[in-house]
Amino acid sequence: MEKREYTFAAGLPAAGRALAGVVGSGDLEVLLQPHQAGITVIVVHTSVDGKGAVWDALLARVFGGEPLPAASIIINDCGATPGVVRMRIEQAYEDLASGEQA
Amino acid sequence: MSTQEQLLERDSFIERSARSRARALLDPGSMRELLDPFCGIASPWLPQQGVTAQADDGVVVAKGLFDGQSTVVLAIEGAYQGGSMGEVGGAKIAGALELAAEDNRHGIPTRAVILFETGGVRLQEANLGLAAIADIQAAIVDLRRYQPVIGISAGTVGCYGGMSIAAGLCSYLVVTREARLGLNGPAVIEQEAGLAEFNSRDKPFIWSLTGGEQRYHSHLVDAYVEDDTSQIRSTLADLFQRGLPARHRSAQVDGFLARLAEVDAKVQAAPETVRSIYSKGFSA
Repeated sequence: MEKREYTFAAGLPAAGRALAGVVGSGDLEVLLQPHQAGITVIVVHTSVDGKGAVWDALLARVFGGEPLPAASIIINDCGATPGVVRMRIEQAYEDLASGEQA
Repeated sequence: MSTQEQLLERDSFIERSARSRARALLDPGSMRELLDPFCGIASPWLPQQGVTAQADDGVVVAKGLFDGQSTVVLAIEGAYQGGSMGEVGGAKIAGALELAAEDNRHGIPTRAVILFETGGVRLQEANLGLAAIADIQAAIVDLRRYQPVIGISAGTVGCYGGMSIAAGLCSYLVVTREARLGLNGPAVIEQEAGLAEFNSRDKPFIWSLTGGEQRYHSHLVDAYVEDDTSQIRSTLADLFQRGLPARHRSAQVDGFLARLAEVDAKVQAAPETVRSIYSKGFSA
């Protein structure tokens, strides 16, 4: 088990809560809650050790561009590939936008 | 309608997550989740063993209305750890059932639906999981004195182990063709009794003995439905309408013992034999 923590610049607080995914093999769950404006904090729990550089690069790619709504995000990962991780994060933000709250 | 159109039209229940299943069963807009994933009550035991914990421990406790009446839906997420019952998830189900019984004692006729997608106890949590399953069983027996407790196993995990006993205690059971219901899983039977007795890789064989259709024709479940959300919902409505069974299946011990006495353990059990013995009924 590894725990990793990140902070990124962000926009206005997220509009609500969202949940995407399931902690199944090769998958993950993303729990997203509003955070104070300007900062997104992320905590990653992963069952796969030694992939820190991949997480750093992936999250920098997702959150390093245009600021997303400010959120406190928990990721519970069960060996998902970077593509699946990105998809689940985007799914959580999409559910927020569509008002489909967890 | 072509097969393709039918497939596209169908609102599959199996393909839904546990949370989505619960929401689909309750009256629109009535669902309120208790101890939701954001409460952060996850398994404390799994991370210590190198397994990532899911925030809701794989159990959704959904309180709401079903046809206007207070109902709690307990949905197990089969995609997380095979729907296994640990300390937290088990306590969520048992606690919700206990509160429903308490409601009934205070004049609020709360009913319960349990969505069984579980291999049984979570081995990593061992005795804590077993104790939780015992609590669930006791709570079902308590609640079913007041209101029907309805179990649904849609698949694809099915329902095994101690939780199959919990399913057996329910007032009514609903299954699809994909569901399986059995005490020991195929791999366990093969390991203990040998390949000749049970080949855990032979899927048609597994379903022929423990599949939903077989269990329905053996009178061990009450309704056999398509993998269709609206059909499952209307079946649930019919069963709640029926009220409490005159006698719960699990109370018919003498009848079951009489049927079991007819089983010849020297010959390999065949689906047809099981059906013909069990179709004689359980009222001794």
